[in-house]
Amino acid sequence: MTFWTTPIGWTLLTVGQILLVTVVLLLTVAFLIYGDRKIFAGVQMRKGPNVVGPFGLLQSFADLGKFLIKELVVPAGADKFVFLLAPLISVTLALGSWAAMPLAPGWVISNINVGILYLFAVSSMGVYGIIMGGWASNSKYPFLGALRSAAQMVSYEVSIGFVIITVVLLSGSLNLTTITEKQAGGFWNWNIFGGAGLHNLPLAIVMIPMGVIFFISGLAETNRPPFDLPEAESELVAGYAIEYGSTPYMLFYLAETANIILMSGLMAILFLGGWQAPFPTAGLTAHWPLTLISLFGLFWLVLKTFFVFFMNAMVRAVVPRYRYDQLMRLGWKVFLPTSLVAVALVAGWRVYAPVIG
Amino acid sequence: MFSRIGQAMKGAMLLDFAGALGLGLKYMARPKATVIYPHERNPQSPRFRGEHALRRYPNGEERCIACKLCEAICPAQAITIEAEPREDGSRRTTRYDIDMVKCIYCGLCQEACPVDAIVEGPNTEFAVETRDELYYDKAKLLDNGDRWEREIAKNLELDAPYR
Repeated sequence: MTFWTTPIGWTLLTVGQILLVTVVLLLTVAFLIYGDRKIFAGVQMRKGPNVVGPFGLLQSFADLGKFLIKELVVPAGADKFVFLLAPLISVTLALGSWAAMPLAPGWVISNINVGILYLFAVSSMGVYGIIMGGWASNSKYPFLGALRSAAQMVSYEVSIGFVIITVVLLSGSLNLTTITEKQAGGFWNWNIFGGAGLHNLPLAIVMIPMGVIFFISGLAETNRPPFDLPEAESELVAGYAIEYGSTPYMLFYLAETANIILMSGLMAILFLGGWQAPFPTAGLTAHWPLTLISLFGLFWLVLKTFFVFFMNAMVRAVVPRYRYDQLMRLGWKVFLPTSLVAVALVAGWRVYAPVIG
Repeated sequence: MFSRIGQAMKGAMLLDFAGALGLGLKYMARPKATVIYPHERNPQSPRFRGEHALRRYPNGEERCIACKLCEAICPAQAITIEAEPREDGSRRTTRYDIDMVKCIYCGLCQEACPVDAIVEGPNTEFAVETRDELYYDKAKLLDNGDRWEREIAKNLELDAPYR
């Protein structure tokens, strides 16, 4: 019984872990916003931010400073309490989701058995921040943006739920650490290629489309282009964020980017094997110290997350915005039936496949 | 019917997206079109019509002889000139104002001037904070002429063969 297992020590340790993850996450957000802008600029043959710091790397921090010193304006007709509460809810939920994310072997703040369910619940709550923000602004465009966002997030959560069910069926667990561990031993064991074991490879025909659906639904879930209808500037100026400025606006922006990274990380964990290397590592890491193995795992997770984020940024750069009815058609008439059929197929495979993995 | 199915299959296989992604990556590798403005500038024609200036002869005498052709031709009526004989008997302006807010930078004053006194120089960076600062008077225009004489003379020389 050391100090770290007593209640006080455990609390201190957990608070320290939370702070560490939050700080690293916020730094990641800052640099990924920069990366996003660079990629967007690159596709348009522009240079992108390149003034603040070397290669403009500190651009996000300059923006942060600008947002923080701006005047906070609350519209006269707004519900002041809800108006200021909304961005806080958004950012709290966005950061809170990271509690259940397994970052490396043994590196997870809270290794709960219903990890996916927790993530799903918390990310669903994210819509409250936007709705409250849009409603409390007491203005027309924010209200329309909030309504759009509510309908959009609810629609795409259904198909995300079914996609997650297919992954859960393959892994047999809701625990994100277990899901990751099941995908060990090479890229052919990743869930996007049908889960553990070469005999599951035929399932790739179902799981690759599921991965694509998860990715696209993740775009819609985080209000990213081409599904950024709640903040479509050509239609709603800035949607739910119109009346916001200064720090609350920055919190919304921060929450949005943290959610995008969360979705990228979730895609990496659920489909691309999380912290598992794409080749068998049993012989390689046998004599490594534990910390090195963890860092090795973190490296792969970060690499995969960044890859998904890169695709995310490319989608933003090359795909035009969907019309609202097209968005609803895609969600309800394409993704929902497809993922429903996929759940049936994966469940059938798990029951009738000659060898159960 | 079959075309609809084909379209749906094409959409499902994300062919359009794959093409766009490839194109995006291709353009990403291309040289950037950005001009980092205050440090780099695009090339400027010798005929560029920017901020006005009143020129002087090399001996320091102002060129303008108050013929008022520029005032007459100005389509925006932005120029106001008043003239009187000077002590030595030469005809000179006592007032030469250009309302830079009215001016449309058509260059007709420059074309009309028989002595190349009023010209539009290469300068574009004369943004100011109040409207009053854009009502240029003779002193300001002569000052501009002194400041930009080298560039203006070079541009006039480059453009001379085409006039």
